[in-house]
Amino acid sequence: MSWFQRKDKGIHTPTADKKELPDGLWFKTPSGKIIHMRELKNNAYVCPDDDYHVRIGSEEYFEILFDDNKFTELDTHLSSADPLKFKDTKEYPRRIKESQDKSGLKDAVRSAYGKINGEDIVIACMDFKFIGGSMGSVVGEKLARAIDHALQNKKPLMIISKSGGARMMEAGFSLMQMAKTSAKLALLSEAKVPYISLLTDPTTGGVTASYAMLGDFNIAEPGALIGFAGPRVIRETIGKDLPKGFQSSEFVLEHGFLDFIVDRRNLKNKVHTLIKMLK
Amino acid sequence: MHLEFEKPIVALEEKLAAMQDLAHTSNVDVSDAIKKLEDKIKDLKKETFNNLTRWQRVQLSRHPERPYALDYIYEITDDFIELHGDRTVKDDKAMIGGFGTVSGQTFMFIGQQKGRNTKQRQMRNFGMPNPEGYRKALRLMKMAEKFNKPIVTLIDTPGAFPGLEAEERGQGEAIARNLKEMFGLTVPVICIIIGEGASGGALGIAIGDRVLMMENTWYSVISPESCSSILWRSWDYKEQAAEALKLTAKDMLANQMIDGIITEPLGGAHVNLKEAARTLKETILKEYKSLSKLKVDKLKSERIDKFCKMGVVTE
Repeated sequence: MSWFQRKDKGIHTPTADKKELPDGLWFKTPSGKIIHMRELKNNAYVCPDDDYHVRIGSEEYFEILFDDNKFTELDTHLSSADPLKFKDTKEYPRRIKESQDKSGLKDAVRSAYGKINGEDIVIACMDFKFIGGSMGSVVGEKLARAIDHALQNKKPLMIISKSGGARMMEAGFSLMQMAKTSAKLALLSEAKVPYISLLTDPTTGGVTASYAMLGDFNIAEPGALIGFAGPRVIRETIGKDLPKGFQSSEFVLEHGFLDFIVDRRNLKNKVHTLIKMLK
Repeated sequence: MHLEFEKPIVALEEKLAAMQDLAHTSNVDVSDAIKKLEDKIKDLKKETFNNLTRWQRVQLSRHPERPYALDYIYEITDDFIELHGDRTVKDDKAMIGGFGTVSGQTFMFIGQQKGRNTKQRQMRNFGMPNPEGYRKALRLMKMAEKFNKPIVTLIDTPGAFPGLEAEERGQGEAIARNLKEMFGLTVPVICIIIGEGASGGALGIAIGDRVLMMENTWYSVISPESCSSILWRSWDYKEQAAEALKLTAKDMLANQMIDGIITEPLGGAHVNLKEAARTLKETILKEYKSLSKLKVDKLKSERIDKFCKMGVVTE
């Protein structure tokens, strides 16, 4: 008997019977480790071999943080306008529409309230896949309303930042969202409602220079890029290569701007412990 | 120095000078011609400066002879005492501040400062503050609050400095803190864009009860050049970027992001510092007069409400 079953040359399996390997079933980390997606998901999207924190969005964070993935989303209907009739190589409304279709999101932030190990919490989480997580009027307004919700109901607030900064296509309006979110956070602070700011990869520009750095607790995931100016701009300004680890979470912690770095697998319990301590 | 769009005016002015010379040195009566030419220059100036493109305004805001913060401060105050340092790291020379009196009223003046020549420009870091600059500004604002003196900030920066040490010392945190703290100030705050208002570096001292722009200035989230390089992937689209960003005083007022515009002498503030400073002084005194009547709670809540209204979304 031959080793091989196949007697005829060529592949004769009808297309309908072919087994497909779904896309994205495996994930390769930057250090080259390969992991099955199911395993990754069960591990809070952290690669068990090298602790690499995969970039995830609001859907995954809500699932990791809210008890039984149960939450009530706020202001789901808010969407971007085009007050400046902005046009670069593309018209802004078209850019928005394309991003919405591609990502299934309305804009770069989602906010919701629910429970974390039984404790009330309001969480707003940015989505990098929507125009680089850029902050425009929608992000500013949704955050402002989420802060209002936390303020009115005296529930702790957590904002998960993941953004390249302000959205250029809304020009001055984007800039003013830094002011608006800071104003609301000033009120929240006055009312002594705790605010935890989680900085994830990447958090830069106007987001760093406003709500991301205004937490009672500024915390970050390991290995995230955190800074005001982007590394490319700094390299061009000083005309030198940047030191290894520059603008990483660890670097920012070392320089005194973070309270601690938290592994995503411990995030829920750590946030819960912190909230309970403050009660 | 003259900008490209000023050249036709300059040409006529040269012609006028030659004619006046002629009138002096010869007996020919050219007074009629001179009068005509003067009127023509005046008309052309009005025509030119009333129809500037957005990019031309940006150019005027960066004019090498444009008055800087200290020029205005020395011009409008009777006494001015400059104060230095953030009490933590150093004295940031790109951010200046101090108490000054204007018509008997003491104000805390704070502003970004640019340099006039190469040496000064380096010393002032081209008007780009480091974190200690924003912390110095906040220290001075808190002091103004302590002694119950109103605050005037003069904004003129191409941006917060994007350097290595700036990151190490927390540029983002320094600006963020200023935004939050300025909303809590119990004294009137008047913010005036006198030149360039670039992004977070400008906003870091621009949270106030009145935010005003001088006529030939710009204020936006990014400079036209950087916007061009990011969105068009080339430095050549700065004019289009300036148009798209709607960054002039008129645009910002129309979109309700500022409270008013301060007119400049025809040709720009640099043409007549005294006149520009006089208008600035009158505006500061007028705004302060109306703000000083408000109770602290109302002052603060109106400041917060104003900024919270900014932004356009569809529900």
